[in-house]
Amino acid sequence: MAGLVLQGRMLVEGTAVAPIHLLKAPLSLWGGLDPETGKIIDQRHPNVGEIVTGKVMTLTAGRGSSSASSILLEAVRQKKGPAAIILAEMDGILTLGAAVAKEMYDDAPPVVVLNKADFDLLTHNTMVAIESNGLIRTIDN
Amino acid sequence: MNQLNLTEKDQALLRGEMGSAGKMSMRILVAMAKAYGATEFLDIESAHIDGCLYHGDSGLEFAERLVQGNGQVVVPTTLNVGSVDLLHPEAFQGTAVQAERGARTMKLYEEMGCKPIYTCTPYQAMHRPNFGSQIMWAESNAIVFANSVLGARTNRYGDFIDICGAITGRAPAFGLHLTENRRATRVYSVEDLPKQLFKKDVFYPVLGYFLGLNNRQTIPAVIGLPDHITEDQLKILGAASASSGALALFHIVGKTPEALTLNDACQGELPAEIIKISMDDIRESLAHLSTVPDGPINVVAFGSPHFSLDEFAQLMPLLETYPIHPNVQFMVCTNRLALTGLKQRGWLDLLREMNVQIVVDTCVVVAPLVKTNRGTLMTNSGKFAHYTPGNTGLNVIFGSMEECVRSAALGTVWRDDSLWLD
Repeated sequence: MAGLVLQGRMLVEGTAVAPIHLLKAPLSLWGGLDPETGKIIDQRHPNVGEIVTGKVMTLTAGRGSSSASSILLEAVRQKKGPAAIILAEMDGILTLGAAVAKEMYDDAPPVVVLNKADFDLLTHNTMVAIESNGLIRTIDN
Repeated sequence: MNQLNLTEKDQALLRGEMGSAGKMSMRILVAMAKAYGATEFLDIESAHIDGCLYHGDSGLEFAERLVQGNGQVVVPTTLNVGSVDLLHPEAFQGTAVQAERGARTMKLYEEMGCKPIYTCTPYQAMHRPNFGSQIMWAESNAIVFANSVLGARTNRYGDFIDICGAITGRAPAFGLHLTENRRATRVYSVEDLPKQLFKKDVFYPVLGYFLGLNNRQTIPAVIGLPDHITEDQLKILGAASASSGALALFHIVGKTPEALTLNDACQGELPAEIIKISMDDIRESLAHLSTVPDGPINVVAFGSPHFSLDEFAQLMPLLETYPIHPNVQFMVCTNRLALTGLKQRGWLDLLREMNVQIVVDTCVVVAPLVKTNRGTLMTNSGKFAHYTPGNTGLNVIFGSMEECVRSAALGTVWRDDSLWLD
């Protein structure tokens, strides 16, 4: 998949170069992500047991409790957060967690929202570069 | 993309002219305003803060950073429950480190000028925003109550952004702050339900649970309810609706302030159909509220949202008639204002003699207060019923106040078979 360039809307600014970690379902970080290990712990989630630390966590949507903001912040504090987050719809809770992390700690993940058609072009493990203007480029391995 | 227009005051905040806490707060608010596509900020009249509940050191560090940056609230601001009952710290069943960090988080928010009322019912503890006022409130039951019953305007705010609003006095103008987004978009009728049900408190959490489950993207209006619904009934309806789903606003036609008529609730745009709620719908929601069949119970917990004095007035005669079984832990969560009322009426001593544990400042599903980590908890609260299994590990059984008290007396579930008849 060479040369894919997608224009997203930047919810929390920043840059990242990391592989896509595609989640098969929306995830509530509250009760869904262990901030000490970066591991998905929601037993009903199809990606349970996988680690998103340092990856571009790519999921259609967040879900559930507003306390998810705290989990994202805590994961960043413990240096177990994702490198970036790509969504297919705006999520205020994840955006807030990342915006606060950006103020509090240095390495907050940028958050980008894509339209669904573009989002569906992303595949698991593809290396991407996220630029500060919301451009997402795939990088050949 | 919408342009975000900032006033001179907003820009001064961003430049740090009101201190580093104001700067950080405004930067976070700007990020959120842009994400939501807001074009401006509006002034808020009050705030209610959920961030004082400790659940991780990052939240504690965030509060410390604000205090160090001279963060002070600029609007009347109240605090939601914390993780420790500061008046009865001995009731805490967690570790000493958790208790210390929980109490420290609560004190940091007090240092910023927040009023330490520590309740999820600020609206019953002398913090009642006026109709139409713009506010920034956290705590799901308080949000739905403020919007629906008081007609104040808030989105579903939560940790971090709540204190940013209180420090700056500003909220992004989006969502339920704006009149056009408060319109009922789905209408239900309860005309097919038996009228006797409407007199019973136990009906309202079940109706709320139904509305929450079925209105994740819509704002419901309900027609056909009598106008004798009490404030406490609206409170428990809202709390359940914000637990099963994420409801932030409902309209009860003829009762709540933006719904004097159905036409008002819908702002003149009536939906094509009116959905009739059936007894089967109600029984299905009721079934969601218990996780095990009727049997032995270990704990009874009341007071989510925090119990009012009116609710205590209903409880007292029941407890006198049906004394609590010694093996059952019986807890009622309430706020400090109601606690004062209990003392004045001489009820607090009576309750203690009857082995009722009164909890203030916190509650059973956010703090380790239950003495057992297995067994079954019975409650009349839709919100406790929803959160008990995940947050405490206990099974849960839902019932009316009378069912809970009589079950506490027996140590096993007692049922009023007349409650849910057609």
